[in-house]
Amino acid sequence: MEFVTHLLAVYGSLLNFIGIQSLLALSLYITLSAGQLSLGNAAFAGIGGYVSGVLSLHYGLSYILALIAGSASAGVVALVIGLPVLRLRGVFLAMATLAFGEVVRIAAVNLTITGGAQGLVGIPNRTKGWMIYLVLAVVCYVVARLRGSRVGWSFATIREDETAAATLGIHTTYYKTLAFVMGAVIAGLAGGMYAHLTFIISPGEFGFSAAVQLLIYNIVGGTRTWPGPILGTVLLIILPEVLRGIGVAAGALRMAVNGLVLLLVILFLPNGLASLFQGGSRQTPKVAPLPREEA
Amino acid sequence: MELLAQQLINGLFIGSVYGLFAVGYTLVFGVLDILNLAHPAIFTLGGLVALWLVEGAHFSIWAAFPSAVLFAGLLGLILDRIAFFPIRRRADSNFSGLISSIAMAILFESAAFALFGARTVRFPANTVTNRVWQVAGVTITSLQVEIVLTAILFMVGLTQLLKRTRVGKAIRAVAENDRAARLLGIHVDRIIAFTFFLSSAMGGAAGILFGLYFDALSPDMGRSIEIKGLAVIILGGMGSIPGAILGGLAFGLTEVLTVAITGTSNLRDAVAFTMLFAILIFRPSGFLGRRSMREA
Repeated sequence: MEFVTHLLAVYGSLLNFIGIQSLLALSLYITLSAGQLSLGNAAFAGIGGYVSGVLSLHYGLSYILALIAGSASAGVVALVIGLPVLRLRGVFLAMATLAFGEVVRIAAVNLTITGGAQGLVGIPNRTKGWMIYLVLAVVCYVVARLRGSRVGWSFATIREDETAAATLGIHTTYYKTLAFVMGAVIAGLAGGMYAHLTFIISPGEFGFSAAVQLLIYNIVGGTRTWPGPILGTVLLIILPEVLRGIGVAAGALRMAVNGLVLLLVILFLPNGLASLFQGGSRQTPKVAPLPREEA
Repeated sequence: MELLAQQLINGLFIGSVYGLFAVGYTLVFGVLDILNLAHPAIFTLGGLVALWLVEGAHFSIWAAFPSAVLFAGLLGLILDRIAFFPIRRRADSNFSGLISSIAMAILFESAAFALFGARTVRFPANTVTNRVWQVAGVTITSLQVEIVLTAILFMVGLTQLLKRTRVGKAIRAVAENDRAARLLGIHVDRIIAFTFFLSSAMGGAAGILFGLYFDALSPDMGRSIEIKGLAVIILGGMGSIPGAILGGLAFGLTEVLTVAITGTSNLRDAVAFTMLFAILIFRPSGFLGRRSMREA
């Protein structure tokens, strides 16, 4: 027991961080599971964080209500921008969500109520570690139940072939928007919990790099099953700590290791590290039906 | 009025650097349909290597510039070989290509950090002789003129290469349909490698000009232009070279005009990205886009 308390004292903040990032990675996982490449989830987390942070800091709203409000605002914004944006496919959707994310970040920098570039300071510290992991467990349960449900199958069908999905009678716009909004709601919730964990949030934390980082977690862990994103998150957050433990200096080398892991995974394990643990069900990457060019 | 004219001129200069950067971005997209997010990292390395050649190896800028551009082009070949060639046959190659280019961007950026440190560096004061001209109350420096001329030279050169030469024709053929190009005996993989060389060389050149213009280089300077470059190529129409050039100029002008009209630089980026967002929604093919494939 003493060992556990010691561990929590030393690594508590790291564990909290892993929990929040896992939630964010799962939020992107849901959107990706319907084949939609969104780079807006960091911005949704920002919306959730700022809305709930401002509500509890300036308006004295209770923690739970602030979280609900933050998460709901992220969902509403996702619904409003999702309808026009989700007509776009692939990288175009990625860029539209990226532009949206930049607008949110710049808004946070320029508004007075968000505290500008310095950030929102003095958010009451209400989030406890167990709350993060409770929410994470619930989200995992929901995501796991999604697989094999009508919604889950619709997502998967749209991901594999949107036109075919539409001809099968799947209301593609509805399900794509649903995946987008679900992702935003979870991201907003994670953002709100993060805001009440760290005392201060600033616009830079929800920018382009953060959005890309969530994508990296998903790719490294694997986007075929829900433990994948969590695996990727845990690995990529723990790895720098381990490297520090064995004496690798901070900075360039640690960054390079991050990039190297991502590169190796995308080249040799297209379905992510999670596919290593699935033995038989591991899928080989799809290969276009064209012979290799002779050198 | 004079202030406005000055702002427009400044917008033109920075816009030509944006254009040069975006041309390289859009070239790879036009040929491969892959968004190469390592392009900004090559932009950074191009600028930093030129600086090192001037400062460390005592090259004159006239020798350092072509050497660094060549170096950036070679980085493009490495990039293609490591990150894009192995996954070219995958059905989801535009998605996995995007990811592997992110990985390469991280690797290049960490190389820049390791080699040049995290601080902001600048070219030595007398790298370029800088004369200042006053034309009708508007200040123009010889550096600005050199930048805009270099950018134009590169862009015209690329356009002519694509239009008139055999290899340019091959690039266009691969962009149109790589399978048909292969059947016609074009070495598709070599053409793609060459495309990466060209694209990265232009990205590197843009990095050097950017570093000279703002007199500041840092390992993460690519990030500031990365998203703007995306905005430029969407504005002009993905894959369109003239579109990228015009888009770059339009973007440069929008930036300075926003500052001139609102009086602060706070909203500069907001206007640009709102514009980008609106274009994607209302006219996803951009102003000079050549395909409608991006829309469902």
